[in-house]
Amino acid sequence: MTTTTPTVLVVEDDSQIRQFLKVGLESNGFAYLESLQGKDGLAQVATRNPDLVVLDLGLPDMDGIDFLKNLREWSKVPVIVLTARGNEQDKIDALDRGADDYLTKPFGVGELLARMRVALRHASQRASGEDLPIFESGSLRIDFVKRLVFVDDREVHLTPTEYKILTLLAHHAGKVLTQRQILTDVWGAAYAERGDYLRVHMHQLRHKIEAAPARPKWLINEPGVGYRLKVE
Amino acid sequence: MMEANRPDPDALLKAIQTEEQLSRRGKLKIFFGMCAGVGKTYAMLEAAQRKKKEGVDVVIGYVEPHKRQETEVLTEGIERIPTKPLAYHHVTLQEFDIDAALARKPSLILVDELAHTNAPGSRNVKRWQDVEELLQAGIDVYSTLNTQHLESLNNSVAQITGIVVRETIPDEIFDRSDEVELVDLPVPELLQRLKEGKVYMTEQAGRAAENFFQEGKLMALREIALRKTAQRVDFQMTQYRTLHAVKGVWQAGERLLVCVGPGPFSTRLIRRTKQMANELKAPWMAVYVETPQKPMGEEKREAIENQIRFAQSLGAETAVLQGLKPGEEILKFAHEKNVTKIVVGKSRRPRWKDFLFGSLVDELVRGSGDIDVYSISGEKGEQSPKWKTDVFRSPWTQYSAPLLVIVAWTGIAKWLLPHVEIVNVSMIYLLMNVMIAVRYGQGPSLAAAFLSVACFDFFFVPPYFTFSVSDARYWVTFLVVLSVTLLTSRLTFQLRRSAEAASARERYTSNLYALSREMLKSRTTREISAAVAQHLAQVAHGDAIILLGSEPELMFLEATSNPNWHFDETDRAVAHWASKNAKSAGKGTQTLPMAKAIFFPLIGSRGVIGVAGIRPSEDTAFLESAGQHFVESVIGQGALAIERAMLAEEARSAEVEAEREGLMSALLSSVSHDLRTPLTSIAGAAGTLLDQDQKLSPEDRRRLLESIEDESARLNRLVENILQITKIESGNVALRKEKHSLEEIIGSALNRLDASLRGRKIATDIPEDLPLVPMDGLLMEQVMVNLLENAGRYTPAGSPIDIRAWRNGKYVQVEVADRGPGVSASDRTRVFEKFYRSGKKDVWGSGLGLAICQGILKVHQGEIGVKERDGGGSVFYFSLPLDTATSDSESRAAGSGMENGEKSA
Repeated sequence: MTTTTPTVLVVEDDSQIRQFLKVGLESNGFAYLESLQGKDGLAQVATRNPDLVVLDLGLPDMDGIDFLKNLREWSKVPVIVLTARGNEQDKIDALDRGADDYLTKPFGVGELLARMRVALRHASQRASGEDLPIFESGSLRIDFVKRLVFVDDREVHLTPTEYKILTLLAHHAGKVLTQRQILTDVWGAAYAERGDYLRVHMHQLRHKIEAAPARPKWLINEPGVGYRLKVE
Repeated sequence: MMEANRPDPDALLKAIQTEEQLSRRGKLKIFFGMCAGVGKTYAMLEAAQRKKKEGVDVVIGYVEPHKRQETEVLTEGIERIPTKPLAYHHVTLQEFDIDAALARKPSLILVDELAHTNAPGSRNVKRWQDVEELLQAGIDVYSTLNTQHLESLNNSVAQITGIVVRETIPDEIFDRSDEVELVDLPVPELLQRLKEGKVYMTEQAGRAAENFFQEGKLMALREIALRKTAQRVDFQMTQYRTLHAVKGVWQAGERLLVCVGPGPFSTRLIRRTKQMANELKAPWMAVYVETPQKPMGEEKREAIENQIRFAQSLGAETAVLQGLKPGEEILKFAHEKNVTKIVVGKSRRPRWKDFLFGSLVDELVRGSGDIDVYSISGEKGEQSPKWKTDVFRSPWTQYSAPLLVIVAWTGIAKWLLPHVEIVNVSMIYLLMNVMIAVRYGQGPSLAAAFLSVACFDFFFVPPYFTFSVSDARYWVTFLVVLSVTLLTSRLTFQLRRSAEAASARERYTSNLYALSREMLKSRTTREISAAVAQHLAQVAHGDAIILLGSEPELMFLEATSNPNWHFDETDRAVAHWASKNAKSAGKGTQTLPMAKAIFFPLIGSRGVIGVAGIRPSEDTAFLESAGQHFVESVIGQGALAIERAMLAEEARSAEVEAEREGLMSALLSSVSHDLRTPLTSIAGAAGTLLDQDQKLSPEDRRRLLESIEDESARLNRLVENILQITKIESGNVALRKEKHSLEEIIGSALNRLDASLRGRKIATDIPEDLPLVPMDGLLMEQVMVNLLENAGRYTPAGSPIDIRAWRNGKYVQVEVADRGPGVSASDRTRVFEKFYRSGKKDVWGSGLGLAICQGILKVHQGEIGVKERDGGGSVFYFSLPLDTATSDSESRAAGSGMENGEKSA
């Protein structure tokens, strides 16, 4: 495995989807591996050590969530899950179980590549242990050292909670964080179910940093799942 | 001209019904003879042997045993159904086994002696009822009958022969039989056979034979038998005419009415009327008038009921009238029913009575107008027995109290006399007699009046202590006291009686009224059945039950007034019989009279729809005339109402089915069209790319690829919409209600539609302090997406869309306004229907988007609608209920509370 050609393992039972993923990924410079079943997929992760796993949650031989549970016991490889719309709970479960991101079927290769890039970047950051002192996306700038937030070079005053939420999202920029993940991280495990707290604060946060809070540029709601800080 | 050829609808209906019934029924052939010994059984067996040779499945159900040898020989080779032994007193009687016959189900069965009365303990009282059952079961029957056994001929034959025969069959059976073969034998020949001992007779008949078989009498009988058979042919002809609208002489609408009473004389009146009616081919009815003057004892009531039932069995329509004056009531009724002839019995009471009280015949003749009145005189021994009156049950108190009062007053007056005038004493006597008359009725008041007069005379009229009267003026006093008492008591009595009758009628009427009201109110079969059961129970002072189902074996309990009614085997048998034969059965009827309950068929326009059972409480004579009529009207009305409800329910379920089917087909057409269109594009584009890859310009290739992508997206949306509406419709939506920020929801919807709304000016007006709204975020985002997508789809590209949200009391209101062509007033509700697409055919859509929105808002207890927009365009709006103020402030507090003490970072 070289760093220049990252390897992707696709665990998917449908041959047509595998076909188009193979073409899409290989033409974009990825090494393509495939597996039709969960057990085989886990074995391949162990033996071939891919850089990223694309996992279909509906596998014939095992539940996708069990796959993740098993995988996360011994591997930190980034996982992007594929689900159908309407199965919001599956997405949340997958994210809470350690999936890095999800894609709703049907999806385009472009979308998948964008998610993969985010996931790979986070993985490499994690691996290198480097912590960026500054986050920037368009006109939004967060100075983690000074704990300051700027929009269009204008400082925005945030409460400690708002700041915590924003930095959490920024550290996982581009990735969806579930409501539960944010609440646990910011307020603590006892508040994991208080979605209304989070929404009130997100509302205020949006009004502070977004030019048009009803058409947000950064603080994107993923209905039924959680929030994502969009990167440009 | 057309009109003249048209058959009378009523008659036609009856003919068709008869024909229909006949097509299901077995055929009855009667071998009819003038008297025993003409060879009916022989003829029947001969016919059976012929049938047997033709290969027909013939069995002998019952043939009178001990017939002469020639007859016995003829039974050979024909299967016999064993008779059923029935113990009666100390004898064992061999009876026809109806159940075995029904179980054997041959195509033709021979059952001798149609008029036979079954031994007690048999299912049916009469053999003709057994035969009726066989016919109902579709089995052909051969049977035999003598003239004297026909109900309407019974009398004439008895007169000729001097022998009264009790075993009779209703004329209807004879008239309705399919074939009658007259077994005729010239009289001398019959006498010859008799002499040769070829005629079998019971012992009893043997004794009478000497008297019976006389040439003159036999000739008369033969005449009767021939005439009857000829009449029957005539009857069939009339029926044929009715059915086929044969032009010709139609009988003028004759209608007969016979007045009946409790006496045996009425039986004769009824028979005569039936004969007349037959000859005139006219319908007839029998009525009885209940008057206050004639209080009815149990015995008398029963006698009248018997007469009425007898008339019914001869095919009469019957009625019980109530009123003070029988003559008037009868005439009123007769005019109402267009009666042309009234038959009435001539009273044989002393002439002075007629003179004093008037006679019914005179009354009828005087008021009859163009109605003919026939009076028939009774015979000796046919006079009504003295009927007991049961109004005043305890004569002792009835009489002793008034008499004591008179005696007491006599004592007091005697003591007072020196101080009061004699006139006053007599006045007080008068007063007391009036009071007694009012209170105690005729008998006691009359006794009191006589006692008063006696006492007055004895104690107060000089010479005292004798009954002689010196002053003639006192006679006037006596007369006044007596006549006033008589008049008063009579008037009071009549008044009370008619009041009672009126209140009974009133009770029934109001009951009927209440029932019809309830039926109007009730919609379901069950409700109506329950109402009918309730009313029947009330009027019968017992329990009632309604069973529904057209097949006797498949009847089910629909309603009962008493849930504890143990529906046992007997009940079931009676109910089945009543349903199968469309006749009432059970207690007090001719079929299974031993049962505890009586079952009436519920006859709707399409036949029997079920049965109503009544179990009267032990001590009530529930078949009391007025009550019985009420029961009949309740059952008649009830049957129609239940049938109506059943039809309505059928129609409703058919409608639901049709609607469902309509939806299915709409769904199918939508699916087939809307799924195929994008699939065609995708398949076409992909095919072109595959086949013509080299020939395509890069732009064309790109265009095709884009079309594949777009069409896939379209397909995806359609599938999602179908899934969603299916979920919503099936009620399978798990509503995950949480407090959401509307702004956020609108934001993510706009985010999702970023591409399709590009180039439009989208203004949002959402107050910053709008409270969080309880909702399922995912579903409400769908609503916003659908509304915005619609706005984008149906309005010109680049036209603006305005989104507004605000709080309106306990609701949050949201509007999506566009500047498109607007929605026409007629479409405003229809756009929310499934698969409805307004006007523009070129616009693509599943026709589900707005239906989904409506479904989602419905589960949120919200509302959705569309209205015209000032200045053009349309406004789609919806409202969502906010939670109560407390939880509202709570969520705010949650936010602000945590900020306490926090400083800006």
